[in-house]
Amino acid sequence: MNVSATVTVEGFVAESLATHGRDPRHLLQHLIRVQQRFSYVPDAAVEALSAALDVTRTQVRAAIAFYAFLHDRPRGAFEIRFSDNITDRMLGSRRLIRLLIERLGLAGLPAWGRDLVRADGRVSVGLASCTGMCDQGPALLVNGQAVTNLDAQRVDRIADLVQEDTPLERWPGEFFRVENNIRRRGLLLGNPATDGAAVRRLLDAGAEAALAEVERSGLRGRGGAGFTTALKWRFCREAPGTDRYVVCNADEGEPGTFKDRVLLTDYTDLVIEGMTVCAGVIGARRGFLYLRGEYRYLLPHLESVLQRRRAEGLLGTRILGADGFDFDIEIHLGAGAYICGEESALIESLEGKRGVTRKRPPFPVTSGFDDQPTVVNNVETFLAAARVVQWGGYWLRGEGTDQSAGSKILSVSGDCARPGIYEYPFGTPVHQVLADCGAENTQAVQISGAAGATLSPADFDRIIAFEDLPTAGSFMIFDHSRDLLDMVRNFAAFFAHESCGFCTPCRVGGALLRNLVEKVAAGQGSEYDLSEMRRIGTVMRRASYCGLGHTAPNHVLNTLDKFPLIYGRRLARASHTPSFDLDAALSQARALTGRDDIGAHIEDGSEVSA
Amino acid sequence: MAAKPRVATASLCGCFGCHMSLLDIDERILQLVDLVTFDRTPLTDIKTLGDCDLGLIEGGVANAENVEVLREFRRRCKTLVAVGACAVNGGIPAMRNQFSLAECLRESYCDGVGVHNPGIPNDPEIPLLLNQVHPIHEVVAIDYFLPGCPPSADAIWTFLTELLEGRPIAFPYTQVHFD
Repeated sequence: MNVSATVTVEGFVAESLATHGRDPRHLLQHLIRVQQRFSYVPDAAVEALSAALDVTRTQVRAAIAFYAFLHDRPRGAFEIRFSDNITDRMLGSRRLIRLLIERLGLAGLPAWGRDLVRADGRVSVGLASCTGMCDQGPALLVNGQAVTNLDAQRVDRIADLVQEDTPLERWPGEFFRVENNIRRRGLLLGNPATDGAAVRRLLDAGAEAALAEVERSGLRGRGGAGFTTALKWRFCREAPGTDRYVVCNADEGEPGTFKDRVLLTDYTDLVIEGMTVCAGVIGARRGFLYLRGEYRYLLPHLESVLQRRRAEGLLGTRILGADGFDFDIEIHLGAGAYICGEESALIESLEGKRGVTRKRPPFPVTSGFDDQPTVVNNVETFLAAARVVQWGGYWLRGEGTDQSAGSKILSVSGDCARPGIYEYPFGTPVHQVLADCGAENTQAVQISGAAGATLSPADFDRIIAFEDLPTAGSFMIFDHSRDLLDMVRNFAAFFAHESCGFCTPCRVGGALLRNLVEKVAAGQGSEYDLSEMRRIGTVMRRASYCGLGHTAPNHVLNTLDKFPLIYGRRLARASHTPSFDLDAALSQARALTGRDDIGAHIEDGSEVSA
Repeated sequence: MAAKPRVATASLCGCFGCHMSLLDIDERILQLVDLVTFDRTPLTDIKTLGDCDLGLIEGGVANAENVEVLREFRRRCKTLVAVGACAVNGGIPAMRNQFSLAECLRESYCDGVGVHNPGIPNDPEIPLLLNQVHPIHEVVAIDYFLPGCPPSADAIWTFLTELLEGRPIAFPYTQVHFD
């Protein structure tokens, strides 16, 4: 794993520029390569990239500071990041982190934004937001490669491999095995095979007819918001512009979601086919698949599918011999930023910048990548669109409800016997999902991820559909043995970490919520703090700039309403309690002055109230 | 005649700018003393605090004495107001939160330019500094927050008069704009 002394930073950057080009929009991709090679982005790389791509140093440094997987100081030659979703914690990840830290001779515990780096530079341990392995966790990333099904034995072995300096290629293959765990197949998962039928159908029938089928199907976006796909494609097709783009949003960052990983693994052709059909309909020549950094291990597979489809005439110039139908796809990697799942932030990231959301309107359909008309759809949406064009709109309408045609693929994790991928017709009640996956004594379900809704048993008769419970697919189950405040603490820390920092309600509100939740968890909260949480949450919903801030307080507000006891049983008796330990706040001054007299202490002030 | 409301004020870790802004109400101070009785405040130089209807706090909480004064105000005042940026969120003094207390004290008392007889003071008469500077609502419950650095004299006047008349407090736009 030692960085070979023969490769200089400048040399590596020059090679990367020669191979991947000098488009300033490739900045992020170059940075990711440098990070992988050197375990950080050295100053020399910042200088070289700044000069070669004609972007300012500040822009380069801003990107490094923004993306969680880029660092301006060295991490270990083995850079280990534990997935820190609540589902990982429920499977015992905290204990395993402690075990690994101890085995590696490190001190303390990593926190979001604070990695532990061993003095010899061999290894570092940090945290990552949900890595999308919730059905086979606890999970970690080592140098970007996913390791699943962690237990004490496996962690022990990892510590040995690090101590022995064994290169990753020689680590046991089963560490890196990722299972699909498809438990229930429906319309989409029933059949992964395609031979380009949708593209042929498009060429036979014409773009307008293909779009009419998508319209007829009533297909709505599967990323959560549920915008009508045909409308999006039509807006883009009819928008004025010199170029058009198709973007597949594979930045599956919502905690508890992992179905796109499975679709990209086993249904790759269908996803690519959906993108190709979309390109044919809107008239795009270039497409991007924005792959979250956590799924980098899928890159060789995805590249090989693209390559094969080029060879088969399904991608590239004159697709299936049709004049003027040219379309190809590039894969862009993300680098650990939840916000990049929002389509305008994703486009910013595609352009090599920090993933800060854009003001909308204009929407990407008129002004997206390179300010040109762009369709951004979820992985699952493209898959469904390919089948709709192939088999017709009525095929999708055969299942689902009036407003939600077809099926939804769920990522089920947490307290159940059979976590994994379940495809259901829209209209399926929550209790059926619980029964099928073997969930018992269920206390709560968190649907659609940390940004989604917390369901109590009173909600279990509600149905999965845009008109009742819209979901991007995350379905996390908590039984009665769990303290739901652990979930709230996890999500509150997640949102405080993942706020892009652009707007105050989200940046400050997220941190305030996290602090208040921690205060309550420590048994120091009061009724006043709960009312503050409601107030701040309401302001975040109303005043934040984008969806991240609008949804970040959901889990707090939902649980305050539906599970008040998780807060109430921890409240201190006083109507107001300080937000920090006053006497402990004098600790540094006592140490510096050597004082320990009565004036050097602050007594408990619980009698102080209004 | 009913007793006039009693008002107390204090500056914790602030610059007295908010008190100066209060004095900027100019001749309206004469109306104010007709409306209220001042208890402990730097304006009267009264040092002890009685039971009050209203307490105005300037400045954040930076040392043990600030905590003591603030708690005393909370116990004695029916209504307690955070006046100005430092009380509301720590303000300029909270910029030291970027550094450890040791760094701050060593720079001031040991390593700084022109320091004679270096050494961190440890006289028990001197209140110990907190590790960080905090806004006052992190220590006691606060009823109103009046932002500004400082809040303008007009804003303070509007606030006091409306509060004393028992009306909901509403500022005209000219008193709350930020530029």
